[in-house]
Amino acid sequence: MSKRVGLEASHAAAEAARMADVDVIAAYPITPQTHIPERLAEMVANGELEAAYIAVESEHSALSACLGSAAVGARTFTATAGQGLELMHEVVYVASSMRYPIVMTVCNRALSAPLSVWGDHSDAMAVRDTGWIQVFCQNNQEAFDMTLWAFRVGEDSRVLLPVMVHFDGFSLSHVTEPVILPEQGEVDRFLPKFHYPFALNPDKPMTHGAFGPPDIYSEAKVAQEIALRKSKKVILQGWQEFGDIFGRYYDPVEAYRTEGAKLLLLTMGSFSETAKAAVDAKKDKGESVGLINLRLWRPFPFKELRQVVKGAETLIVFDRCISFGGPGGPVSSEIRSALYNEKKRPMAVSFVGGLGGRDMSVKDFGYIIDRGREVAEEGSSELFETVGIRGKVTGIRG
Amino acid sequence: MEGTFIKIGKNRVPAEEFVAEGHSFCTGCGEVLALRLACKALGRNVIIANATGCIEICTSPLPVTSWRVPWIHTLFENTAAVISGSEAGLRILIKKGKMPEKDIKCVAVAGDGGTSDIGMQALSGALERRHNFLYLCFDNEAYMNTGIQRSSATPYGASTTTAPAGKFSIGQTTWKKNLPEIAVAHNIPYVATACPGYPFDLMNKVKKGGEVKGPAYVHILSPCPTGWRSPTNLSVKISKLAVETAIFPLYEVENGRYKLNVDPPKLKPVEEYLKPQGRFRHLLETDIREIQEHVNQEYAKLKAKVACFAA
Repeated sequence: MSKRVGLEASHAAAEAARMADVDVIAAYPITPQTHIPERLAEMVANGELEAAYIAVESEHSALSACLGSAAVGARTFTATAGQGLELMHEVVYVASSMRYPIVMTVCNRALSAPLSVWGDHSDAMAVRDTGWIQVFCQNNQEAFDMTLWAFRVGEDSRVLLPVMVHFDGFSLSHVTEPVILPEQGEVDRFLPKFHYPFALNPDKPMTHGAFGPPDIYSEAKVAQEIALRKSKKVILQGWQEFGDIFGRYYDPVEAYRTEGAKLLLLTMGSFSETAKAAVDAKKDKGESVGLINLRLWRPFPFKELRQVVKGAETLIVFDRCISFGGPGGPVSSEIRSALYNEKKRPMAVSFVGGLGGRDMSVKDFGYIIDRGREVAEEGSSELFETVGIRGKVTGIRG
Repeated sequence: MEGTFIKIGKNRVPAEEFVAEGHSFCTGCGEVLALRLACKALGRNVIIANATGCIEICTSPLPVTSWRVPWIHTLFENTAAVISGSEAGLRILIKKGKMPEKDIKCVAVAGDGGTSDIGMQALSGALERRHNFLYLCFDNEAYMNTGIQRSSATPYGASTTTAPAGKFSIGQTTWKKNLPEIAVAHNIPYVATACPGYPFDLMNKVKKGGEVKGPAYVHILSPCPTGWRSPTNLSVKISKLAVETAIFPLYEVENGRYKLNVDPPKLKPVEEYLKPQGRFRHLLETDIREIQEHVNQEYAKLKAKVACFAA
């Protein structure tokens, strides 16, 4: 029987890694990720999990050790946040380019300076183009579910790509919520044993990571791009089968009360639940609003997004990251780009907020909806507007 | 070829080559010579993780490879971390019964820059964690792959492209970082120095390093005619001179116990080593004297350790 327990998202992710019977964990502690490696180290220490726990000396080495362990065919897990993800940045590209299906949790955190251990999406956006499959979790149940699903999808022989599971630092990583933990038998039914077809072994010597001269590099990179796009099919299949076994079904783009709505708000991560409450309140007052929770970030779900915004007049995009000197937040920029060639598309309005742990309340999202509608109707002199930031912010112009 | 040996005096050397011909190392490269010998000593049951550098570039242009053993290259500074992962991965897969029991040696290969500069942290971490692996540093005393830029392993007085000799500079103004001693400071079971001028000594040490349980470090001086501006037919001779002058003494440290493998009754003057190399051509007599004094001091220090902590 599955059981319902109170777990932080961090411990939910660790539980998922345990139930996936990971072979190797290589991790370096960084707030707010620490509870994940701590819990896993504890599981290894007391025999709940048979795995090699490598307490590396940096995040760069954490993901590097993961490359080495995935290369010999071990199921491999790591977790990091903020600066840690930045330090491992060059390794992040290598993991996907060498097609190692590592699973990594990122407890989303702001980037220095000034130093901030608190949540936003700046770390995630800096690894946007690194070739990993990436999902954002809304709550602790999703932290468990997505971690389990990540192994299944990444290790599929049609995919062989690493998967990054994002959830918000502190607001999920350190908050206890009810989580349904499945039976081990159910997990085993969902997640087959890992057989890496290209494992390094003296019985069949292989060269991993040969360098790419100009006459071959382009082809290699395009092949990688096609592999990531093609993974969508397995991603969807994985969620379908996940739902069939565990009863929770997931979509790349979650549409919340969007039917017939004239105005849509788009968010990612834990704030989506707060935004849903704001949408409910507006709906109660008779406003025509709905929410889009963007779950699958890479490969980007173009088809599903276009479908859900089809009938809307206004689309408000909320970013927890600034793209300095750029066209608004990174998410907003991508959404606009995804819709640009559509014959009929909503007016897009961009908001930035929730930086470095600044909370976003139901009221704040209510404000975004009201102000977003105004901007759509009357226009704004700013490329994007801010929410929850002191003073009147002006000067964000092209 | 497998299982056949070439007899050279008392020594039996495997005929099998694990680094295939067709690579693109320079004429007279001391590094690939040392690498071939090291691979012969290790045999086929290895996994090699290779840092960015000459060895990586000269052996692995897609779509071909010189490697007849499992080989992985990922980045420059992370080689010791990568091999940590492979070693831990193999160990747990065997323990969990997911893979048949097999003695596979995990070996990291890097140059002096990849070891003494950018890869120092990852190496220190892997040594400290006591992974069962062998680290081979092929030291050609500068960033040769990128065009002879100085590293912390470049010797004092050598002219390189980023520490060039000039009116106001001798070239490299710092003394060579002592990597074997840094490895020794990690209290690992085996540390050794080697060079291709002493091929059987090199092979013995690599073999020993591969067999030891726990981390082992072998530092291999690898003459580079291109970067050292030396005649391509002198690489072996120059590496011998490095030993005969005590610029690069051959020694090993087993569980903290020192052993000098070559102890010439009378050291040759450093000038004999410096002279055939264009990178030292600008040195004045006073500079050479300074180098001689430094070498004498360092050698005396080493001999004192050998006397104090003899194997």
